Amino acid sequence: MKKLAALIAVVATGTLGSVASAATLDSVRERGFVNCGVGENFAGFFAPDSAGKWSGLDVDVCRALSAAIFGVADKVKYLPATPATRFAQLQSGQVDLLSRSVTWTLARDAGLGLTFSGVTFFDGQGFMVRKALAAKGLKGLDGATVCTQTGTTTELNLADYFRSHSMKYTPVVFETTDQVVAAYEAQRCDAYTTDKSTLAARLGKLKDPGAHVILPETISKAANGPVVRQGDGQWANIVRWTVNALVAAEELGVTSANVDQMKATSKDPETRRLLGADGELGKLMGLDNAWAFNAIKAVGNYGEIYERNLGPKGAVAIPRDGLNRLWSKGGLMFSPSFQ
Amino acid sequence: MRPPGRRALPIQLLIYLAVAALAVAAALYAIEVMRMRGIQAGFGFLKNTAGFEIGFKLIRFDSTDSYGRAFVVALLNTLLVSGLSVVLGTAIGLLVAVARLAPIPAIKAAATMYVEAIRNTPLLFQLLALYAVSLAVLPPPRDSITVVGLALVNNRGIFLPSAGMTARAALAAIALVLLLAAYGWLSRRRSLGRPVLALTAIIAVALAASTLASMDWVVPKVLGFNVEGGIALVPELAVLVVALSLYSAAFIAETFRSGFLAVPAGQWHAAFALGLDRAATIRGVVLAQALRACLPALASQYINVIKASSLAAAVGFPDLMQVFGKTTLNQTGQAVEVIALTMAVYLVMSMTIAGAVHGYERRVAMER
Repeated sequence: MKKLAALIAVVATGTLGSVASAATLDSVRERGFVNCGVGENFAGFFAPDSAGKWSGLDVDVCRALSAAIFGVADKVKYLPATPATRFAQLQSGQVDLLSRSVTWTLARDAGLGLTFSGVTFFDGQGFMVRKALAAKGLKGLDGATVCTQTGTTTELNLADYFRSHSMKYTPVVFETTDQVVAAYEAQRCDAYTTDKSTLAARLGKLKDPGAHVILPETISKAANGPVVRQGDGQWANIVRWTVNALVAAEELGVTSANVDQMKATSKDPETRRLLGADGELGKLMGLDNAWAFNAIKAVGNYGEIYERNLGPKGAVAIPRDGLNRLWSKGGLMFSPSFQ
Repeated sequence: MRPPGRRALPIQLLIYLAVAALAVAAALYAIEVMRMRGIQAGFGFLKNTAGFEIGFKLIRFDSTDSYGRAFVVALLNTLLVSGLSVVLGTAIGLLVAVARLAPIPAIKAAATMYVEAIRNTPLLFQLLALYAVSLAVLPPPRDSITVVGLALVNNRGIFLPSAGMTARAALAAIALVLLLAAYGWLSRRRSLGRPVLALTAIIAVALAASTLASMDWVVPKVLGFNVEGGIALVPELAVLVVALSLYSAAFIAETFRSGFLAVPAGQWHAAFALGLDRAATIRGVVLAQALRACLPALASQYINVIKASSLAAAVGFPDLMQVFGKTTLNQTGQAVEVIALTMAVYLVMSMTIAGAVHGYERRVAMER
C-alpha cells in the first residue's frame, strides 16, 4: 500500500508539479490577459453593466494589475466565482487571483493553500433593522429572528456575538442576497446581518429606505482584498505591491491626472522610485519599470478608485470615514516603503 | 458443465477489482495533489467546532457543537422533509389517480388539470412562488392570528402548545393503561356486562382528562417581537413539504394511474358482477394488483423526492445541502470531502429506498 501511495505521489508530482510551481506571471504573459475571479454582482465592488463591462473597487484592482503587467488596463478576463466554488477555482488554476472582497482569515490563509495579498477594503458586520427596533440598539435583538446569507463568515460572527453576550436568536439562512432582503422586507426576520458595505448598498434599494436603519455597532472586523495561490512568491508580490502602489500614490499625491507630470518633475525620491523614474523596483518582480506608473495612470490612486466606486456618485455610496482612510488621516490604509 | 452464472464469476470479480483499484487510485491521487497545493485533506474537520447556529433542529444543537453534529442535525432535517413529503405525496397522488379514473367528467378534468399544471412547471419556481405568497399573506408576529386561544399563526411559523410530562400526568397515564389492560384481560375470560363497561369507560375518560390536565402545557404567546413557548413549525419547512408533496403527487398520480390501467378490465367487470361498488372494487380487488405493477416506478418517484428535497436552500430551510453542502463547505473549505460525504448520504438514502421497494416487490411478486 505504501509503495502504491508513493507511486501515485510520483505520478502526481510529475503531472501536476509543473502546474503548481509554474510562474503565474509567465503563463499570464503567454495567455495575454489576467484571469480575474470576481463575484456575481456586488454594486460598488464588482458588477457588470448591461453591456457586460465590469466595474467596481475589486475590478479596478484587476485593471491595475493588467496595466502593471501589460501597460493597458483591459487585458483582463472576468470570471464569476461563487462563494462555494471560489477557492477551488483559484486552487485549480482557473483564475490567477480572486478579487471579490474575500475576507482574510488564518484558516483560509494557512489551510486552503492561499496567500492573501493586501487589503483593499476594511469592513465589519452590522445589522439592519426596522426603525421601531433601533432604539434599544444591538442589545434589543435578544430573541430576534435574524436573516443572513450562507457561505460567508457572517454566520460565525453572528453566533459568536450572540453567544458571548448571552443572547438568543433564530437564524434563517438563504443562498442569495436577494432572497435575504426579500425575506427581511416581508418581516420574516427582525434583522438582516452582513457586512456593512452590503447593508449600505441594499438600504437604498428597499421599498421604503426611510423605515430602516443600520445599527451603529459593528460586531466583527473584516480585512478584504485580493488572494492568490500559495507557492508563487513572485505573483503574490506583484499583486501585493500593485495594491500598495495604489495606496502609496494617494499618500504621495500622485493621481491619474498628474502622474505624467509627477514622473517628469517630482523631486521626491520615493515618488520617483514608485513611478520608475529612479531605481529598478519593477525589474525585481519581473515587470517593466513603469509598472506602477501604468497602473496609476490607468485606474488612479486608491482614493480615486474609492471615490469613483463608493463615493457619492459611485454605484453605492459608503462614506469613507472609518478604517478605509489613509493612515495619515486616522484610517488603516498604509503602504510599506517603495525602497 | 457449470451454470452460466458461475462461469462468468472470475471475469466479474476482475472487473469489480479493477473498478475498486481505479477508485482508490483516484482518491489517493486527489489527496496527493491537494497535499502538494497546501490544502488540508481528510475528515478530521468533522470534530471541530461548527460555530454557527441552525434555525430548525430536531435534536439539541448550538454553535459550540461540532461540524459532525451539524451534519446529523441537517441529515435529520432532510429525512424529516423527505419522509413527510413521501407520505403526503403518496396519499395525494393516490387520490388524484382515483379521481383521474373517476366516471364523473368534472372530477376527471380537475385531476387532469392538476397533474398537467404541476408536472409541467419547474419545482424550484413552485417552491419560490409558494414561499413568497406565504410570507406576503401571513401577518408579522405582533398581528398573529390566534386559533382558539391556543395556537398562533404568523410569518414566523405555526406555533402549537407544547406539553411537558409531569409525575402526576405519568401516573395517570400508567393507571389508564393498566385499567384498559385489566378490562381487556377480564373480558376475554368472562362476560362483564353493561354496568362494568360503563364504569370502566367513565374512569378511563377521567384518567385521560387528568393526564392531559396535569401535563405541563405551554401556550405560545407574543413576547416582544417574537413568539415565546410552544412548538414552532417554521414556514420554510411547511412550504417545502407542501411544495414537494404537491409536485411529487402529480408524478405519483400518473404512476398509480398506469398501475390501475395495468389491471385487466376483466377484474373490474368480475368485481362489479359480484355486486361490489366502485370503492370496494378499488380497495379489495384493484389496488393490490395496481401497486404491484407500479412499484418500480414508484420507487423512482420516492428517490426523486429525496433528491429534490435538496432545493430546501432556496427557501432557507436548513437541510443537509444547506447546512453541510454550503455553510460547512464554505467555512472549512474542504470542498472535496464535504461534497463526497453529502453525495454519499443521498446515494445511501436512495439505494435504501430502491432496495426496500425491490425487497417488497419480490415478496408480493405473482407466480407466473
